[in-house]
Amino acid sequence: MKLSEIRTHLSKFRVGIAGAGGLGSNSAIALARSGVGTLVICDFDSVEDENLTRQYFFTSQIGMKKTAALSENIQRVNPETVVLVHEKQITYSDVAEIFKGCDVIVEAFDRADMKEMFITSVLNTLPGVPVIAASGLAGWGKSNEIKCRKIDDSLYVCGDESTSACDDLPPLAPRVAMVANMQANVVIDILMSTD
Amino acid sequence: MKILLNEREEEFNADSISVTEMLILKKFSYKLRIIKVNGVLISKELYDSTTINDGDIVHMLYLMSGG
Repeated sequence: MKLSEIRTHLSKFRVGIAGAGGLGSNSAIALARSGVGTLVICDFDSVEDENLTRQYFFTSQIGMKKTAALSENIQRVNPETVVLVHEKQITYSDVAEIFKGCDVIVEAFDRADMKEMFITSVLNTLPGVPVIAASGLAGWGKSNEIKCRKIDDSLYVCGDESTSACDDLPPLAPRVAMVANMQANVVIDILMSTD
Repeated sequence: MKILLNEREEEFNADSISVTEMLILKKFSYKLRIIKVNGVLISKELYDSTTINDGDIVHMLYLMSGG
């Protein structure tokens, strides 16, 4: 399939991204570059200096809300991408409202409890919408341990499913971006076989 | 009874077990996870009362922080 046909096809779809940190910012940029039509992005946080070790932001954006900064960056790589933002901390009951109409959703949280809450909410309140989770991306090396596992049509997970981020094992750009781009790759795979 | 757990065959010495019993027997102590039995998401409150039977397909996903 030619690039122009692929981009025309992807432009028809809406993808939700829950979180605009390391996973969310990197997957959003990959999806925008690929030509996904609409991105719905939710985050409440602001860009900090420490984020730049792995998140798709720039020094000039420190202090900006992540949703605003990421919108700016997305428009710079693809001005045709429609970006809808929600500047809030998601709760279980918000999920269906915020992400309604999305064809696929990317789980891009940092905290494991938020991941659990969010995935549970998508599976229960947006049945039929696939969610691409991420689990295990801290540290460096061990590239071959990062995998994508399809659990079923509604749930996929990318990551090594074992390394938990902490002070002694922080998340660094390469592994974070690998997992985020793997999530984006799964999204595109799903959309390319969706009418 | 034999089940598929994350695509691998597992055997248990019982006719059926609860999700809670499965977690104890397999020493799955990490608490932040998603469990599906035969494609159905099982919420934590139902771990004690949901039974796993011979031939069932179980998926478990551990959620590691970072992202």
